[in-house]
Amino acid sequence: MAGSSSSDKKKGRWAAGVTPYAEMGYYRPDYQPKDTDILCAFRIIPQEGVEPIEASAAVAGESSTATWTVVWTDRLTAHENYQGKCYRVDPVPGTNQYIAYIAYNIDLFEEGSIANLTSSIIGNVFGFKALKALRLEDMRIPPHYVKTFQGPAHGVVMEREYLNKYGRPLLGATVKPKLGLSARNYGRVVYEALRGGLDFTKDDENINSQPFMRWRDRFLFAMEGVARSQAQTGEIKGHYMNVTAATMEDMYERAEFAKEIGSVICMIDLTIGYTAIQSMAKWARANGLILHLHRAGHGTYTRQKTHGVNFRVIAKWMRLAGVDHIHAGTVVGKLEGDPNATRGYYDTLLKDKLEPNPAHGLFFEQNWASMGGTMPVASGGIHAGQMHQLLYHLGEDVVLQFGGGTIGHPDGIAEGAAANRVAVEAMIQARNEGRDYLNEGPDILAKAARFSPSLYKALEVWKDITFNFESTDVPDAVPTLTR
Amino acid sequence: MRITQGTFSYLPDLTDDQIKAQVQYCLNNGWPISIEHTDDPHPRNVYWDMYGLPMFDLKDPAAIMVEINGCRKTFPNHYIRVIGYDARYGRQTTALSFIVNRPAEEPGFRLDRQESNDRVVRYTLYSYATDKPAGERYGD
Repeated sequence: MAGSSSSDKKKGRWAAGVTPYAEMGYYRPDYQPKDTDILCAFRIIPQEGVEPIEASAAVAGESSTATWTVVWTDRLTAHENYQGKCYRVDPVPGTNQYIAYIAYNIDLFEEGSIANLTSSIIGNVFGFKALKALRLEDMRIPPHYVKTFQGPAHGVVMEREYLNKYGRPLLGATVKPKLGLSARNYGRVVYEALRGGLDFTKDDENINSQPFMRWRDRFLFAMEGVARSQAQTGEIKGHYMNVTAATMEDMYERAEFAKEIGSVICMIDLTIGYTAIQSMAKWARANGLILHLHRAGHGTYTRQKTHGVNFRVIAKWMRLAGVDHIHAGTVVGKLEGDPNATRGYYDTLLKDKLEPNPAHGLFFEQNWASMGGTMPVASGGIHAGQMHQLLYHLGEDVVLQFGGGTIGHPDGIAEGAAANRVAVEAMIQARNEGRDYLNEGPDILAKAARFSPSLYKALEVWKDITFNFESTDVPDAVPTLTR
Repeated sequence: MRITQGTFSYLPDLTDDQIKAQVQYCLNNGWPISIEHTDDPHPRNVYWDMYGLPMFDLKDPAAIMVEINGCRKTFPNHYIRVIGYDARYGRQTTALSFIVNRPAEEPGFRLDRQESNDRVVRYTLYSYATDKPAGERYGD
């Protein structure tokens, strides 16, 4: 570790050997970030005996120009321009953690490349020995850099116009069981769920092309279900055809086929990697398919509060990369999601301009410079009986996905779908009429259940199902409870 | 069959008071109301006929109800939808759209399958209503 040497005499900046990062220009408390800088907030826990400022400077150094020792070749460059600059370090009260704010010159990053951006910012530094733990909490991406990305293939506005669906959350369901169904049986679930009232059905993240069901067969049977449900409802429907595969060539082949048979949407998993995601976003825009992203694997690095990358950063990267949908939490379902942090993710995906909001975990302002929004998707352990809470926490620009909450309905899949659709329409109607729908939610649903036996049954079956566990990832600022 | 386009098609048909409440909600948000009707409810028939221009300056829900009822009277057997439009920067699209009138009989759609090579099927939705020329559908 630089700085651990016990030499009393201060060494010159360019003398060979090891100089503390903070003394090499990576800590600049006087630095005023430029409008064009990319800003990062890192949560750091230094090793015992390492000064927080030195640890923060080390993060700035190792994520930009520095290596462990002085190199004379720095002097061949305008090195101050390329150095990451830690300009502020704040202790997190009551912990051994610090928030380090680091500014990076825009020249450090290739235009329009998530791979390059992430190789710089999270490339080396997370394994750095001088730190016990490190987490990238937030980034400010300046409009100058935002504008070098394509952004969502269609965006929320275009998606709604394409589907002719306005004024309410969209509804979906993931086909279950996620493994083992034959293509013909799988298409049955698609058909029943869509004709019953959902807008979308979805392949799960691990449904690609396995021995029990190959991709092409699945696509064909699913499309039969989509087409028949459209004839029965007069609505546009979609099944997220998962084109995730081992190579780009395979993915393009599957996506081209989804297009050929008339699907309005296809899907990819986060596991395919940032470059493949950007390629598919470009393809999706060129070919008119909405692009859904399942955030498979993100929990391995987003969930723990002290190490990894906060999901709000992943959300930003994915909006830049160009996906139209991304799973972003349910608050009330079975998967991790603090209400305030989730609000921050949704705003990050949907809004054009954001102000810093510590209560929602937003460290910086963010100007998306008119880039289209990415539709958040809420999936995992949600059901019709929670509709008032879902609308309250998540708003109407969201896809609510009820997998078990559709397919597990005692009277069948179509009835499960109808229950969800009746519930969402009744709740939107009540909200628009000015009712206190959050508190009156159960009454509103009970009243709607009087004309909808499907909803009545759904409420009976799932009325007591809640997932009340403490979140592991919550913003530091604790706002006053509003309810 | 019952066509389920629009925000409230899974609820019982809205009463005039309920329609008025939704209109009020749109006006509260600064969304002008427009009225559109069609005799071809094919899901890809985007451009229903406009019953006048969007009512940018009409802020009185009662006056808007008069327009809605005027459209119903003129086209009793057409699908009629009420639209709230959000012209806000960054949105500039429909914010709410719901059906307030539908024909007594909704014939729906036929699904045509064109069998192609390699098990591919090309699907086409055919609106039964369009069997008859415009103006003669739905008994009008």
